[in-house]
Amino acid sequence: MKILGNFISDIPTQTEYLQIGFSPSSIPLKQRWQTNGLSADFISEYLEVFSVGQQVVQGETFVISSQINDAVKYVANELLENAMKFSATDSDYPTRISFFLFDQQVVFHVVNAVTRSSADNLEILIHTLLENDPHELYLAKMEANAEESGGHSGLGFLSMVCDYSAKLGWKFETLAPDSPFVIVTTMVCLDIT
Amino acid sequence: MEVKNKEYSVSYQPENALVTCKGSLSLNGTAEYEPMLNLLLQAADQQMQQLTLNLCELTFLNSSGINTFTKFVIQVRKRQNLQLRILGYEEIAWQVKLLRNLQRLMPTLEIDLISRTTSIG
Repeated sequence: MKILGNFISDIPTQTEYLQIGFSPSSIPLKQRWQTNGLSADFISEYLEVFSVGQQVVQGETFVISSQINDAVKYVANELLENAMKFSATDSDYPTRISFFLFDQQVVFHVVNAVTRSSADNLEILIHTLLENDPHELYLAKMEANAEESGGHSGLGFLSMVCDYSAKLGWKFETLAPDSPFVIVTTMVCLDIT
Repeated sequence: MEVKNKEYSVSYQPENALVTCKGSLSLNGTAEYEPMLNLLLQAADQQMQQLTLNLCELTFLNSSGINTFTKFVIQVRKRQNLQLRILGYEEIAWQVKLLRNLQRLMPTLEIDLISRTTSIG
């Protein structure tokens, strides 16, 4: 097992949470892609409803701002997109995204199976992200992408950090030494204070 | 000229030198964004002096969409004669961040952050 970045190993279970699961290979990507926005909307609207409830219970003037809703929707959508793009379709390991709501922050937790090659690429990307100034990397990546015609933008994690002050962490595990897959858990923490 | 689906529309009005983006843009990667990027680049080709891009009514943009706008701005940066102006709402934090990031890439970019209560006609 390998842990990188800001990863919380023991998330308290006595909290509000949502979990969405799917099998990466059950329907074609193009069809499933439409569910990203629906799921991201659902998560951000759930947060809004719960926060209004909390306001009534606690009698405080805490109202979730549209800024936080937008941040939650963006992060949820990016994590779902990544899970769909990079989950190993020949693995029967389900992809799960969980969303935990705490007083001061929301935590996203995505677990999926990827090929060893994808895991290696992700690890290189994470080290680059952790060892450099993310704002400089963000602009440098934008400049580099302008000269390329295809592939993935590679801006998702950088935009979470630079535009939404998110804290990111990862866990890499293998189920068996000879398994062709690596189980990756991606964690994103957003402050909501 | 327009690119759209049920979630979004990107329309170019040559007579007003204006491109308007509306709705939610969450397409999958560079390939799906290509028609939109082509529309933007054609608008920039046709307008010799100024082009305005109105993003106020854009409700959502994924990272591939961010990538599309940054590609466009970097292309326009090479054409030193075209003044590009981008409109967004000052109350929508992600629009403000996007426009400021685009301005970092292209310092001559004119960004116009307007209040949601302001009519832009």
